[in-house]
Amino acid sequence: MTQLKTEYINVNMGPQHPATHGVLRLVLQTDGETVHECEPVIGYLHRSIEKIAEQGEWQDFIPFTDRVDYVCAMNANWAYCHAVEQAANFEIPRRAELLRIIMGELNRISSHCVGLGTGILDLGGYTPFIHLLREREFINDLFEELCGARLTHNYCTIGGVSFDASEVWLKRCRVFAEQFKKIIIQFEKFAMDNPIVQKRLANVGVVTKEMAFDYNLVGPNLRASGVAIDIRKQAPYSLYSEFEFDVPVGKGIVGTVGDCFDRFFVRVQEMKESVSLVLQACDKIEEGEIQSKEVKKRIKPQEGVYISRTEMPRGETTYLIQSDGTSKPYRVKIRTGSFTAASALPVAAKGMLIADVVALISSFDVVVPEIDR
Amino acid sequence: MQKIFDFLQIESVGIRILVLIIMTLLVLLVASVTSGITSWVERRVAGRMQSRIGPNRVGPCGFLQWIADALKLFQKEDIIPEGASRVLFRLAPFFGFLEVGVMFSLLPWGKPDWILADFNIGILLFLGFPALAIIGELMAGWGSNNKWSLIGGMRGTAQIISYEIPAAIALLPAILSAQGLSFKALMGTQSWEPWNWFIFHSPFAFVSGFIFFIASLAEANRTPFDLTEAESELVSGYTTEYTGVRFALFILAEYANVYILSAAFTAIFLGGGLLPAMFAPYPIFYFLAFFIKACIVLLFVIWIRWTLLRVRIDQLMVFCWTRLVPIALASFFGEIIYLFFVHAFPIIQQVVSIACFIFGLFILYYLQKRVRFHISLQKLDAEAKQYWVRST
Repeated sequence: MTQLKTEYINVNMGPQHPATHGVLRLVLQTDGETVHECEPVIGYLHRSIEKIAEQGEWQDFIPFTDRVDYVCAMNANWAYCHAVEQAANFEIPRRAELLRIIMGELNRISSHCVGLGTGILDLGGYTPFIHLLREREFINDLFEELCGARLTHNYCTIGGVSFDASEVWLKRCRVFAEQFKKIIIQFEKFAMDNPIVQKRLANVGVVTKEMAFDYNLVGPNLRASGVAIDIRKQAPYSLYSEFEFDVPVGKGIVGTVGDCFDRFFVRVQEMKESVSLVLQACDKIEEGEIQSKEVKKRIKPQEGVYISRTEMPRGETTYLIQSDGTSKPYRVKIRTGSFTAASALPVAAKGMLIADVVALISSFDVVVPEIDR
Repeated sequence: MQKIFDFLQIESVGIRILVLIIMTLLVLLVASVTSGITSWVERRVAGRMQSRIGPNRVGPCGFLQWIADALKLFQKEDIIPEGASRVLFRLAPFFGFLEVGVMFSLLPWGKPDWILADFNIGILLFLGFPALAIIGELMAGWGSNNKWSLIGGMRGTAQIISYEIPAAIALLPAILSAQGLSFKALMGTQSWEPWNWFIFHSPFAFVSGFIFFIASLAEANRTPFDLTEAESELVSGYTTEYTGVRFALFILAEYANVYILSAAFTAIFLGGGLLPAMFAPYPIFYFLAFFIKACIVLLFVIWIRWTLLRVRIDQLMVFCWTRLVPIALASFFGEIIYLFFVHAFPIIQQVVSIACFIFGLFILYYLQKRVRFHISLQKLDAEAKQYWVRST
């Protein structure tokens, strides 16, 4: 009898697939259910955001930064404004900085809510996902009350923030943070302590320290591999040097350091830290200006290339801006965490089952608009 | 069937065939309505668990939502994808539906003899007929010309065939003590008192009850074993390419299977619809008792579905062959030895039953405590309520 011909199944995961969170496309070569090769194909959500920046004035780009990563728009605003402020050497009022920290950390919580929730949803658990999204709704309510938008906030301005917070709003923030502590406990009991979750995630998609550096992973993905690098700690911007917080790292509680479980674990711990940061900022806040007086209508940073590094929920984000001394940016380059995470997918996914690939994508917390921009 | 013909005094063959057709349609109608109601219960309970409302527009509390959904699906265009095997693709949904019809005619509905097709090997048929649904899944998976469907169909086949084995072994203790293979015999050995239900018959029966429950969950494709249509992995498994009526038939079979699971568990392990003798003149109570018990099991299944996550395919298989099958076998042999002892000293029976019953109550108490703890985490304190209005 002649040998039967065998070949790999070539199957498209995405661009329309429930697990790829948008329009990420993975071309999988599978042997039955075992993935032999996995190739991410990106570009389905490209909107030329970086080119758009060159068309308007410096301020005009702020609303577009919302769209770079709509899950954590506040942080993206902040990152761009920080870059321009650095370039033009603006002094930011203390109250504005604290409001930015409150909003940024609330946004980090809501982003991790989406990341963890959809992660658990990809593993088949509906209820934790909806519980976390419910909490995210409250954060959105807080945002709406302050700046009128729920998803794309456009809250930070160059030199400050656009709206001032009332006493009641700060009180509501504090109440939310206190309440959210309980929700984290519940989520840990519900999802992280669940033996099915632990079995599904432990020892799956291990990214070692060396590999994390090779692929330039950032943020929670890097910290899960046991590297305690957080821009808020390493190169503090804004007022982060005044705050007390830990940088959680992956410990390999149920598996090896750097597996999918650790990436989930680090995000849960980060939510705890963010809650404490929100509470600290609420305590520190004092009356004052929210917009720097030295910012003119037309901003003209000195000629040169400037880099700002900020810690977004999906890791270190670099805004590289080049000014030619006019009121329009010459070049804006954004470098995001999801892009490098997507480049690490093919290596981490080799030899996995299809179900694990889904867990891997959600553990990297890849957000597609951030990859394509 | 013969009983019905005798009761209606029908002699002519033509009318007999007509009655048969009507009865078949009636069974399918009952199956459809039951599965529709099951889907409504599931959606309402899921909504409650997830701080949402669930369907509440069509009819009181959204009770008629499933009719609206079915009507909507019937209006949809019936698409057969290009390159699909047309015969297999068209035929597949009916196998699942056929299985549901057969299972419904095998199920008891209250008193032990309220069974449409009362075979003396009812349990064997009950264990065997799910294979029809596998054929349907495989046909759908192969015929859709879609790789996700194919993987879903293959997963489903592997899963259901594997889990039929522990399910069958877990029923052996019940068959041993009832000394019969029909639902009638199984329900006949139990009585209305909870400690005389078969699940509390002995510790071994308790274990086999759990194993049967878990294996039935896997056979009905429910979480944590809903791998065949794991939507985050396989889009929606073997139903990916289906639309309209054919999709509705798949969904109908799925929800009907959940009711079948609960009803079978009720009949075999929870004493069926047995009631004290004082209810004898009112047959409706027997039906109600059975239905309420089945609904409680159903709620349990729904609870599991919306709490747990999905296991991986290799973990599923390992769990079946290295955990469930050995434990089921062990409890079967344990039950044999136990029955020997009971035969020698009948007094043991009552003591063990009541001990098992108390153990069962203890488990329920523990579950209730955990649920309360989780609810307490969700509650707002007075200060929070003042500043934070929940916008649901």
